[in-house]
Amino acid sequence: MAAYPDSLKYTKEHEWARVRGERATVGITAFAKDQLGDVVYLELPEVGAAVKKGQPFGVVESTKAVSELFAPVSGKVTKVNKELVDAPEGINDDPHERGWMIEIEMSSPAEASELLSATQYEELLASEH
Amino acid sequence: MALRTPLYDAHLAAGARMVTFAGFEMPVQYKGVIEEHAAVRERAGIFDVSHMGEVTIEGARALEAAQHLITNDLSKCSDGQAQYSALCNERGGVIDDIIVYRYSPARLFICVNASGRAKDFEWMREHSLGATVEQHSDDWAQIAVQGPRAPQMVDELCSPRVIDLAYYHFREATVAGVPGCIVARTGYTGEDGFEVFVRPAGARKLWDAFLERGAVPCGLGARDSLRLEVAYRLYGNDMDEEHTPLEAGLGWIVKFDKPGGFIGSEALARQKQVGLKRRLAGFKLVGKGIARHGYPALSKGSRVGEVTSGTMSPVLKEPIGLAYLPSELSKIGSAFEVEIRGKPVAAQVVKTPFVEKQASK
Repeated sequence: MAAYPDSLKYTKEHEWARVRGERATVGITAFAKDQLGDVVYLELPEVGAAVKKGQPFGVVESTKAVSELFAPVSGKVTKVNKELVDAPEGINDDPHERGWMIEIEMSSPAEASELLSATQYEELLASEH
Repeated sequence: MALRTPLYDAHLAAGARMVTFAGFEMPVQYKGVIEEHAAVRERAGIFDVSHMGEVTIEGARALEAAQHLITNDLSKCSDGQAQYSALCNERGGVIDDIIVYRYSPARLFICVNASGRAKDFEWMREHSLGATVEQHSDDWAQIAVQGPRAPQMVDELCSPRVIDLAYYHFREATVAGVPGCIVARTGYTGEDGFEVFVRPAGARKLWDAFLERGAVPCGLGARDSLRLEVAYRLYGNDMDEEHTPLEAGLGWIVKFDKPGGFIGSEALARQKQVGLKRRLAGFKLVGKGIARHGYPALSKGSRVGEVTSGTMSPVLKEPIGLAYLPSELSKIGSAFEVEIRGKPVAAQVVKTPFVEKQASK
């Protein structure tokens, strides 16, 4: 099961980041989605908002649970997936592609190198469960 | 160490995610809450509700004792009929909501919530008026079969047949070859269907028989969203010992004209006379978000009440909930706010049930 693409970076809080130059697109991992259950609500920041690595930038809710979203890197929000906010079940179907949430223009791109690789993330999941 | 129902292995085999609920390891979901919810609204779902407890009251004074203990009037009930009711303390607070199955005036079978297994039994025994009160919670498993296809599915497995049973009536039957089951036309989803009490040793056979006929296994997640869509109260969330059945909108199970009254009747009569200060009301969020248990209800910037249950309705795809509100704010159409993560979100009191019930037709 190649569930976790090598092209993505990961956090211990189960977010992913796709880093391209100084920009990072962010979502939650398949593992996070499975833990949450059916996602029914998503709250994301506005374009232009500042986010800080490790700090909450939004909220995702399943039928049963509320969960905060943590920014993998610091910077300014340059894009928000409005379609996903209107139809958050996209996260259930395809968390790593269609389930992208925000794009961040990184204020310190070096932070991206601190994120986990796919292999490290899979090791983390294996050690936790 | 959490308790397990006789169907624990069946849940693991079906890929359930387990959680601890009222001391039991219970399935919260199998494939997913929304899929399971839809299966019950459109076809048939099965729920393991073996965590629920059973208590019997028997003897010459059984009916008299029950009438003293419960808010509803069992004399209005015939033998073979079941009745939704509440146990109240002297202050009128709800100890539990229960279903009483009347075999005869001398033999009553009572289903209580999992959290009430010990508490309700002790309370009933203390106020038994000499009738024999027995704990039978470990002697029974229970499976709820709910949805438009459920009645036929259960009926085909039953001897004698049960399809003729009216809403809130019950019969003993052999089900899927398992003798001594109690089959009741009741449920907690708003759909037609049955709840089947079965001895623990026969539970798996019944469960598998329903699965073979296409029933979808459903967890506590779907059970909660289904009951909330039809505004059925959940003990511990929507009512407790600090709230009365009148405040919880259960005035229809409080019978003041019952001879001799019942425990809590004086307090409830007083409350009715003075007027209710707060009431449980159904609401929808007008703004975005999902209201959850414990979120504050606000009016003009101050806290006036509390959300007791809330979810995103899988059928309506709207955020719905129940909240205790001051009586003047509890009328249909009233506007208030729910505080979600520190921000007020507009809400409006609406008619309940949120989704039309099919059960009692």
